[in-house]
Amino acid sequence: MIEVEIDGKKFQVEPGKMIIEVADQIDSGIGEIPRFCYHKKLSIAANCRMCLVDVEKSGKPLPACATPVTDGMIVRTRSQKAREAQKAVMEFLLINHPLDCPICDQGGECELQDVAMGYGQDISRYNEGKRSVKDKNLGSLVATEMTRCIHCTRCVRFGDEIAGMQELGTIGRGESTEIGTCVERSLVSELSGNIIDLCPVGALTSKPFRFSARAWEMEQAPSIAPHDCVGSNLNLHTLRQKVMRVVPRENESINETWLSDRDRFSYEALSSDERLLQPMIKENDEWLVTDWPTALTLVAEKLGKIAQEQGANKIGALLSPSSTIEEIYLSQKMLRKLGSNNIDHRLQQIDFSAQDSMPFYPGLPMSLEDIETQNTLFLVGSHINHEQPIAGYRVRKAALLGCSVFVLNPADYTFRFPVQDKCIVKPSAMPNVLAEVIKVLLEKGIEEPVAGLRELVNAVQPSEFAHTLAAALLTEGKKTIILGAIAQNHSHAGHIKQLADALAKMTHGHVAFLTAGANSAGAWIAGGIPHRGANKKNLTHPGMNTQQMLEARLSAYLLLNVEPGLDCANPLLANQAMSTAEFVVSISPYFCHKVASYSDVLLPSVPFSETAGTFVNAEGKWQSFKGAVQPQGEARPAWKIIRVLANLLELPEFDYQSCDEVYGELMQKVAENKADSHFSLSIPSYLPQTIVGIERLTEWPIYRADSLVRRAPSLQETVINDSPVARMSLDLANRLQLSADCHVIVKQGEGEAILPVELSDTIPDNTVYIPAGFGLTAELAAPFGAISIERSDS
Amino acid sequence: MSITLNEICFRTLHQHEPWTLATYEQADGYQALKRILANKTPSQEIVEQLKVSSLRGRGGAGFPTGLKWSFISPSTPAPKYVVCNADEGEPGTFKDRDILRFNPHQLIEGMIIACYVVGATDAYIYIRGEFYEPIARVAAALEEAKAAGYLGENILGSGVTCRIHFHVGAGAYICGEETALLESLEGKQGKPRFKPPFPANFGLYGRPTTINNVETFASVPVILMKGGNWFLDLGKPNNGGYKVFSVSGHVNKPGNYEIPLGTPFSELLELAGGVWKGRKLKAVIPGGSSAPVIPGHMMMDLTMDYDCIAKAGSMLGSGAVIVMDDSTCMVKVLARNAEFYHDESCGQCTPCREGTGWVARVADRIEHGEGTERDLALMTQVAMAMVGRTICVLADSIALPVVSFMKYYREEFEYHVKHKRCP
Repeated sequence: MIEVEIDGKKFQVEPGKMIIEVADQIDSGIGEIPRFCYHKKLSIAANCRMCLVDVEKSGKPLPACATPVTDGMIVRTRSQKAREAQKAVMEFLLINHPLDCPICDQGGECELQDVAMGYGQDISRYNEGKRSVKDKNLGSLVATEMTRCIHCTRCVRFGDEIAGMQELGTIGRGESTEIGTCVERSLVSELSGNIIDLCPVGALTSKPFRFSARAWEMEQAPSIAPHDCVGSNLNLHTLRQKVMRVVPRENESINETWLSDRDRFSYEALSSDERLLQPMIKENDEWLVTDWPTALTLVAEKLGKIAQEQGANKIGALLSPSSTIEEIYLSQKMLRKLGSNNIDHRLQQIDFSAQDSMPFYPGLPMSLEDIETQNTLFLVGSHINHEQPIAGYRVRKAALLGCSVFVLNPADYTFRFPVQDKCIVKPSAMPNVLAEVIKVLLEKGIEEPVAGLRELVNAVQPSEFAHTLAAALLTEGKKTIILGAIAQNHSHAGHIKQLADALAKMTHGHVAFLTAGANSAGAWIAGGIPHRGANKKNLTHPGMNTQQMLEARLSAYLLLNVEPGLDCANPLLANQAMSTAEFVVSISPYFCHKVASYSDVLLPSVPFSETAGTFVNAEGKWQSFKGAVQPQGEARPAWKIIRVLANLLELPEFDYQSCDEVYGELMQKVAENKADSHFSLSIPSYLPQTIVGIERLTEWPIYRADSLVRRAPSLQETVINDSPVARMSLDLANRLQLSADCHVIVKQGEGEAILPVELSDTIPDNTVYIPAGFGLTAELAAPFGAISIERSDS
Repeated sequence: MSITLNEICFRTLHQHEPWTLATYEQADGYQALKRILANKTPSQEIVEQLKVSSLRGRGGAGFPTGLKWSFISPSTPAPKYVVCNADEGEPGTFKDRDILRFNPHQLIEGMIIACYVVGATDAYIYIRGEFYEPIARVAAALEEAKAAGYLGENILGSGVTCRIHFHVGAGAYICGEETALLESLEGKQGKPRFKPPFPANFGLYGRPTTINNVETFASVPVILMKGGNWFLDLGKPNNGGYKVFSVSGHVNKPGNYEIPLGTPFSELLELAGGVWKGRKLKAVIPGGSSAPVIPGHMMMDLTMDYDCIAKAGSMLGSGAVIVMDDSTCMVKVLARNAEFYHDESCGQCTPCREGTGWVARVADRIEHGEGTERDLALMTQVAMAMVGRTICVLADSIALPVVSFMKYYREEFEYHVKHKRCP
C-alpha cells in the first residue's frame, strides 16, 4: 500500500491504481473529476484530456485516468492549474459541438452538458463555422447524430474489447476524424445497444426511444431481464404508465454494466398493438369481449367438468420458461390439486430420457463470474452469443484470460471469443463425438466412471479433435462442459447429457446447463415439470412431458404465455393437439391469431413490467422485481388469474393476498427441505446412429425466442435476426441442383413448408438449418431428424 | 574558415558512389561491428562509450543515446526490437534523406550494433513514403549487407542473429513521433501512445524497443571506432560531436552541413553562402518548423548546440535551420506553419484536434487582412491553451511558435490587422 494525497485528503491505495480510480472510490470525498473518454470497464485512451489534474512535481497537468499513483504523490484536482487545463479542454470540446441541447435527445442526461455547466463559459469565443458530420445508418437500434460526437472513442473501444468485434472505428484524421463503420453497414453485435449508454453525448442514441421522452420526466423502476437465464439487472424508465426504455442496472456479479440488445429493446413489445386487454370467450366461432367473472367461471366450469368426467389427467398445462416462479408454482399447485401432473415448461425439448436423474435445477454449478476463472471450457450445442449474450461475454473474458475454449456444434457459429478447436458435425453425429473423446480418455488410462462405458464407446473412431480436446481436459485446472440450447433440444439430448456427465467425471470437470427462457431454473424448483413437484417432491404418478401431452391429444390445455406453434419443438403436432382439444384456455399478454383459432377462452395476463415476480437465473440467484407500471386495460398478473381460477375450482390453500405470500410459501419449502444438489446420470444403453442423408437443424433465433421479443419491431429489423429459410452448404445445394435464388419444399413427416434457400459455409454437409419461431416453419415437425427437400417450382 | 566538414555521417560523401558496400568498407566501414563481434565486447562497454561521447538523439528531442541504450540489456527477455525512425517529415529537415541516400551502410552498421547492445534479433527501418531514392538505396544496401554476411543469422560467424526489415510509411507527419510510428508499424492508425510506458518498456508489439533517429544510429559506428572522447571533443560538453544542419530558406547555398556542435550560427550562415540577394537576415527558425523563431540579430550571437539554442528560448530540434530575409512576411510564415499542423493533427486529443484548426483559421484571417485586434490575443490564448495538455507534442509544435512570433513580430501582426496588408 502506498499513500497518496488528493485535494488534501490522504489515501492508502494499491500501487498501480490510476488517480481517477482513487478519486472515484465511494466515500473518497473527492468531487468528480470531469471525464469523457475514461470508462472503468474500457481500456484507457487518455485522449479527451478532460481529466487533467495538477500533480506536484510535474510541470504539465496530467490526465487522472492514465497517471498511476506513486507513493507520496500530491494531486490537486481543483487548483488553478487544474481548473485552467480543464476549462481549456472544455472550450475546445464545445467549439465544434452544436449548442442546441433543447433539441438533442441526450439533453438532460448528457455528460458534456453536465460538465459544461461546471467548466464551460457563457459565451463562445469561436466565431468560425462549426463542423458538421454526415450521419451514419447503424441499423434499427442505434440512432446517430455524428455532428455531436466528441471523439472519446468509448464506442470504438467497446467493440474491440467488450463486444469482441471491431464494428466502429475512427476514420479520417485531425478535425476530420469521424466515428463510423468504415464501409457502410449496420451493427451486428448482440450487445450493440451498450454504446448508447457509453456515448457521453447525443451522437449515439436509442433509435426506438428517440425523441419520445425526456430523461427528467421519466421514473425509474428496477427489474430483471425476462429473456435468458443470465437474469441481467435492468431499470425500466416509465412515463405515464408506459415503459419508455430499458437501461442496465449495474450488478458486477451478473451483467456488470452491460445489457444485451434483446433485454434492452424488447420493451417495445410491452406496448404492442397486439396486447390482449380484455378477457374474451369464443361463442359460435366468434370472439366476444367479456368480464373477468364470466370468463373465469367458464374456465373453472369447463376444467372442473373435464376433470370430473374424463379424469384430471386429460388436462395439461404448458408454461413459458420465462414465467415467474410464482406463476409456475401456482399453476402446478392448481393442476396437481386438480389431480394432474401434466405440466411442463420445456417447450423446445423433445428428448426427456435423462430427466429423472437431473439436478434440482439445470444451471451453472458455479457463479457467472466463475466462468471467467475456468481453464478449459467445452461448449456443446451452444450458440452462446445469441442464446445468452452476457454469458457469451463472460466466456470471452475467460478466453482473453487464457481459457481454452472448445466447441462441438452442428453449425460453425461466429463467436466473439477465440476458439481453440472446434468440431462441426451434423446434429445426429454429436453424441458420437462425445463418445470419441471418452474413448480417447479410456485409451489414456482414465478409469471408466460407470461400468459399461468402455463397451459403449468401443466402436467409435476418435478424430483429431477428440484427441486435442481429451488432452486439454486432462490438463490441470478448472474445466466445464456447457450444454447449450441445441444440446438440450437435441433429439438425443439424454445421450448428450449422459455422455457429457461421464466426460466431466473422468476429467474432474463440471457440466453446466444454459437453459431456455429467464426462469427454467425456477420452473424446476417450483415444480413446473411433470415428474417432480415443487422443491423436488417425489411423485407416485409422474405426469406427461410437453411431447407426451401433445401426442396424447388431451381434452384440455392450459397455456401460460405460450404460442404453441412458435414456442414448441414440434409446432405441427402442437397446433394439431390444440385444434383437436375440447377446451383450450390461453393466459397471455398478447392476442395471437393462431392461438385464438383453437382457443376457447383468452385471459389477458401482463408482461414482467406490470407484475411482481421472481426469476431464478442459471447460477440459482432468486431475483424478485415489482411491477413498474399498472396492468394495461383489464389485464391482470397471471398469478392472480390462477389464484382466482383455483378458488373457483374450489381447490384448498389458495388464499394468497400478494405475490410475496406465494414466494414465501415456496421459499419456505425450499428452505425446509434442503434440496439435494447432487446429480449423477447413468450411461446410455446405446449410441445413436448418425442419420444418413439430409437432416434438419433448428435454433430459436435470438429475436424469435419468446412472445415478447417476437413483438419488438426494432429487433425484428436487425441484421442478425434470422428469417425463415432453408440454410445449407453449397455442396448440398449443388447436389440437389438448388441455388440461392430458389425455394424448396421441405417435408418432415406430415409437415411441409416452402422456404427460400440460403447458402452458407457454416452448415455441415447433409444438414439444413431451418429456424423455429416463425409461422412459416411452424408447418414442420421436430427440430431435428431426417427431412426431405425438393425444388419448388412456384 | 577553419571548420572541417563531414566527419561523421557524411564522411564518405566525397567518394565515388559512397552508398555502395565497397566504398563504405574502404572507409573502414563495418570495422566497429567486426571488432565488437570478434572481441565479444560487453554491451555495457559500448553504452559507456556512447555516454562518454555525449551523443544526443538527433531526431529532435536530444535525449542522451547512451542512456537510452542502457534501458534494455541482453538479459531483458525477448522478443525486443530496435527501430530506426527514418520518417523524416519536419518541415525544413532533410538530413536523414541524404544519410539514407549517401551512407546507408553506416546506418545499417549502427543498427546492427544497437541490436547487439540490447540483444535484439530483429530491427525495423520505418522510412518516409516520399523518399523514393533513399528507399531504393536502403533496400539495395540491406541486400548487399545480407549478401556480405553482415545481416541474417550467425553474422560474420559470430553466432549473433540480426535481421533488418524495412517498412515504408504513408505520408503522415505524426508517424515521425516515435509511438505513432510504432503504432503505424504494427499496422494500426498512426496515433501517438500515452506515455508512460515508454518504448523501452512497452514498444513495438508491446515489447521493449530501442528507437532512434537515422543520424543517431549512423553516428554510432564512428564513435565506437574513434572513441567517445574523440567524439565529445569535436563538439562541446553535453553536446558532443558533429551534427548535420539542413539549412534552407533565403541563403545562397542551401543544403546539409555536418559541423561540430557549438559552431557559431554566423559560421554556419557563411558556409551556406550567406543571406541571398544581399538582403539582411530577419529571422531564423533553428530547429525545424516546430521550433520557436529567433530574430536574426539574436541568432548571430548563438552557437549551434542544444544548450545554447534552448537558452535562447527555442530548440535545436532536428537541426533544420530555416533562414528568412528581411522581405519575409512573418504573418504569412506563421499562417502557413499553422496550416501544416492543422493538417497533420492526428485528431485523438481534444486540444490539438480542435485547437490547431482554430489557430490556423485565426492566423489565416489575420494574414488576409480580415483579422481583428481581438484575434491577436485570441490566437495566443488558444495556442497557450493547448500547450502541455496533449498526448504528444504536435500541438506544442505550433503553439510555441505562435507565442514566439507574437513575441518578436507583434507589430507585423498588428499592421496586418490595421492596414489589411504587409508592412
